[in-house]
Amino acid sequence: MILVIAEQRDGKLNRATWETIVGAQQLAGTTGAPITVLVAGAGGSAVAPDLASAQVKEVVTIEHAALDPYTPDGFTAALQDAIAQLAPAHVLLPHTYQTRDFAPKLAARLDRALITDVTAVKGAGGEPAFVRPMFQGKLTADVVPQGPAPHFVTFQIGAYRVDQLAKGASPAPVRALSVTVDAAAIREKPEPPFQQAKQAVDLSQAERIVSVGRGIKEQANIALAQQLAEALDAEIAASRPICDAGWLPMERQVGSSGQTVAPKLYLALGISGAIQHLVGMKGSSTVVAINKDPDAPIFEIADYGIVGDLFEIVPAIIEAVKK
Amino acid sequence: MKIAVCIKQVPTREWHPRLNDDKTWIRDQDASFEMNEPDAYALEEALRLKEKHSGEVVVCSAGPARVAQVIREALARGADRAIHVEGDGLASADAFATSGALAAAMQDENFDLVLTGLQSDDQGFAQVGVILAEKLGRPHATIIMEVQADGGTLRVKRELEGGWFQWVAMPLPAVLTIQSGINQLRYATLKGIMAAKKKEIKKVSPPAGVSAGKQKIVSLYVPEKGKKTQIIGGSPAEAAKELVRKLREEVRVIA
Repeated sequence: MILVIAEQRDGKLNRATWETIVGAQQLAGTTGAPITVLVAGAGGSAVAPDLASAQVKEVVTIEHAALDPYTPDGFTAALQDAIAQLAPAHVLLPHTYQTRDFAPKLAARLDRALITDVTAVKGAGGEPAFVRPMFQGKLTADVVPQGPAPHFVTFQIGAYRVDQLAKGASPAPVRALSVTVDAAAIREKPEPPFQQAKQAVDLSQAERIVSVGRGIKEQANIALAQQLAEALDAEIAASRPICDAGWLPMERQVGSSGQTVAPKLYLALGISGAIQHLVGMKGSSTVVAINKDPDAPIFEIADYGIVGDLFEIVPAIIEAVKK
Repeated sequence: MKIAVCIKQVPTREWHPRLNDDKTWIRDQDASFEMNEPDAYALEEALRLKEKHSGEVVVCSAGPARVAQVIREALARGADRAIHVEGDGLASADAFATSGALAAAMQDENFDLVLTGLQSDDQGFAQVGVILAEKLGRPHATIIMEVQADGGTLRVKRELEGGWFQWVAMPLPAVLTIQSGINQLRYATLKGIMAAKKKEIKKVSPPAGVSAGKQKIVSLYVPEKGKKTQIIGGSPAEAAKELVRKLREEVRVIA
């Protein structure tokens, strides 16, 4: 059977969980395996009925004092026990920051394969191969897990579309599973999550975005991108390295560690298109990429591309817009 | 404080991928290499912790002979000595194999703190630091943006998604994976480069069978384009004019 580990915080389901269930349904299509969704923590019972609407065999909740708040020690111990009881062939998770925090530990504890950041599943004659980006998206690999089951797989955010979820004719049964966790053995002591600064800019509502990447070369050149943004009536944004360097504030960062945006127009200036950036903007309606490297991964998702020197092209666009 | 920093050597950003004959790995000999960027931030953080608390920074790297290049660079930036787990099989190793090789080399060193970058720019598993923590029996935290080390305890700021953060405390010894942008990087000085030549690089062999790993690349290829990208050619002025026309008249996303 296929086990999906759902993610929730304070009774709110992480949307990526639905995508992982779609991934599980596609994997089940090639193996014919039933799907169980497991949700851990005190908020689990709140989201279980919602999860049970999907076409799955059952939803399993595990509640334990040692699971709230989340810690990698607590989750690893609880899921180790749950996996021993449920004996899945595959364990699927969304590739969230929380998954990245505990899944490698869990796989290492069980001495089993973990394939991360997967974007698709191929049948490969009964033995599924998992498709994942490598080398910053320049190459794609088909990967087959080695060694005994269960095999752990994490799906990249946005790999599957939630609207492709198969719903069940009637709700799947929900049951509680009891697990043993030694609370005294948990070494990490987390404090409550907080937001660094009030997000003054909500890029998710922007209709047009001009976004800057490493290709802008130096801080002084940000002004050029700002002129283009003004000419297009767009918000300015950036990929992570630009915000890391302090050239634009962190709140203008688009990507897995920043904001997720879906404007009508996303104009990427000198952005190569690393996966961490693409997950934050691939919902944009029209993507324009300007980059000197014709092989940059950003061109794989762009509608329009100009290959060339942005320092020549951007002033020309500003000129053309003004006409 | 005795700190280990795990550093990986990866192809440069400008590198254009070429595949080997059976299309399961890259042509290593065509690539140029550099220090994995998140690992450079981990190194910088280690150097800053040493400056504050004194102690030692030891670079640990698992890979073929060419990895010596990034080890030398780390020593030039200020690391005190290095351990190189050397093996040709480690060039394409998975996270289990790499962390197994590193853990074996680190076992007797009793580091107070082990730092890694949050993931590598080549295979991008985002697993090695966490598996290493499990193999060494240490607590860990991932995607760290600030490190406070005081006496026997550690308090770190963990990045969550969408602009959220969380402080987590744990006892030392521990393992952390460091996020890019945690600090401003320093570069090697001439003095540092000269000093690095005298620093110790201990070479060790990986434990037998460790490079087998738990995942196998059956096929490696240039990604298929999901969308049909219209590449607009011509001079910058012509391309700009045509782009603006398309955005105005075809998709109507600008005024």
